[in-house]
Amino acid sequence: MSKRQRARLFRGIQYGILVVALLVLVLAADWDALGRAFFDPAVIANQFPEVMTVALVNTITYTAMGFAFALAFGLVIALMRLSSVGPYRWIATLYIEFFRGLPALLVFLALGVGVGYAFGLNLDRSLSIMLALGLVGGAYIAETIRAGIQAVPKGQVEAARSLGMSPARTMITVVIPQAFRIILPPLTNELILLTKDSSLAFILGSTLAQHELTQFARNALNTDRSLTPIVVAGFCYLMITLPLSYLSRRLERRFGKGARTGPGRE
Amino acid sequence: MSDTTQPVVEISGLHKSFGSLQVLRGVDLQVERGQVVCVIGPSGSGKSTLLRCVNLLEEPTSGSVVVNGVELTDPDCDIDAARVRIGMVFQSFNLFAHLSVLENLTVAQRKVLRRSKEQAEEVARRNLARVGLTDKEHAMPAQLSGGQQQRAAIARALSMDPEVMLFDEPTSALDPELVGDVLGVMRQLAEEGMTMLVVTHEMQFAREVADQVVFMDGGGIIEQGDPASVIGAPSHERTRTFLSRVLDPTHHGPSDPAV
Ligand SMILES: Nc1ncnc2c1ncn2[C@@H]1O[C@H](COP(=O)(O)OP(=O)(O)OP(=O)(O)O)[C@@H](O)[C@H]1O
Ligand SMILES: [Mg+2]
Repeated sequence: MSKRQRARLFRGIQYGILVVALLVLVLAADWDALGRAFFDPAVIANQFPEVMTVALVNTITYTAMGFAFALAFGLVIALMRLSSVGPYRWIATLYIEFFRGLPALLVFLALGVGVGYAFGLNLDRSLSIMLALGLVGGAYIAETIRAGIQAVPKGQVEAARSLGMSPARTMITVVIPQAFRIILPPLTNELILLTKDSSLAFILGSTLAQHELTQFARNALNTDRSLTPIVVAGFCYLMITLPLSYLSRRLERRFGKGARTGPGRE
Repeated sequence: MSDTTQPVVEISGLHKSFGSLQVLRGVDLQVERGQVVCVIGPSGSGKSTLLRCVNLLEEPTSGSVVVNGVELTDPDCDIDAARVRIGMVFQSFNLFAHLSVLENLTVAQRKVLRRSKEQAEEVARRNLARVGLTDKEHAMPAQLSGGQQQRAAIARALSMDPEVMLFDEPTSALDPELVGDVLGVMRQLAEEGMTMLVVTHEMQFAREVADQVVFMDGGGIIEQGDPASVIGAPSHERTRTFLSRVLDPTHHGPSDPAV
């Protein structure tokens, strides 16, 4: 058998296995039971509209607040990481390693519960969520931004400096705008991760109006005793994350190539 | 500042080391107002480093650099202000990749010289016309050929009204058929009386345009003088070896020292 024939045979076998598996699934599964478990119309009716008007809105709000904070914070940490002042670099590195190495849940616990016990000051719930998401996200974003800044060719900085721009002016006018294009796709991925991490807000306890998607589904589980609330919540998450993931891939293709001056051999 | 009798660039006793590597070993060089000085020499001889010390992109280890009467090597010197009047053109163009050609020419005028948008654009358009790129003001750098990018980079430097222009092998990264356009622009600049310090491998250009040619090797100036003597009748063996290799690259014997 030639190499090509063998490859074709293997592909045929793979398709065969897939068809058999699907057939077994279709014939053996109890579709009525499955349908009731996953897509119970009565339960779905119960979920709406609050799952959208409350839970989805809360998830997006928490994520957006956390991301805004993470972005600002990440930029500061990234600049510290690149600073010529040694201690700034050490602090930034320490911070990044520390928060990337911890479960986000632990940070939520620390801010939402630990701070209250330790200092007797109860952080506002929204503030805790924003801080927790921001502190964790900021550590990842700082690394992304640092990599983006370092990916800007050195010649761009030299050109700016030779025109009389100060280091700060060069950073703002030349480096950050170019780094931004480089980091936009990974930043979008970070937003997806934060969207999912916002579910950790459940640990802080919440009133009905403060439920985000995961807490909302969890609540509904107790009353409706069905998988359907989870399916609905999952669907809502995907409504946020799939477009973001598509956007990230689009941006990657758009900015990934070209947009460089020079023959690239400086 | 614009004393007409004083040299525009005055380099004395310039040393530069990278770690333990001594790249410049005591260079003295002056560029008079309106003069074109071409620096030639083998790869690694320190030509770029010398040029980059003139606007302090590299910090000299010792020695002094005075440009337009301002001592740049003085620790109290406002280097950003001094660089405004020193135009620099790089081998790899270094146009700002995220800005259009026009914005490349206006951004420093506006942010550094604080010119108005209208004034900056007027200056930019005048300089684009000088380098023959009037129709490209809205193009992005990546859409231009290498020669066009380099001419835009020259126009960008000119837009700051420099007193002296530094060129570091401005044509080395170009396809051969694009070299002429850039050299043409530089020749025209020289004729207009611009003070220029040019590192180049284009011997024809040096011979025809330079007032003075400087041959560097091993981090020092080996000989300097008018082009006819340095290129036409070099007095040092090292200069002769270098020139024979550059002018006739296919015919050099095995006795040539390795670069
Ligand atoms: N930033 C740096 N760090 C360490 N060494 C450097 C640095 N820049 C230049 N050098 C070294 O200094 C020496 C002189 O370099 P320079 O670029 O000035 O030479 P050049 O005459 O311009 O050569 P070429 O014709 O190849 O451009 C080389 O040995 C180079 O490796
Ligand atoms: Mg060089």
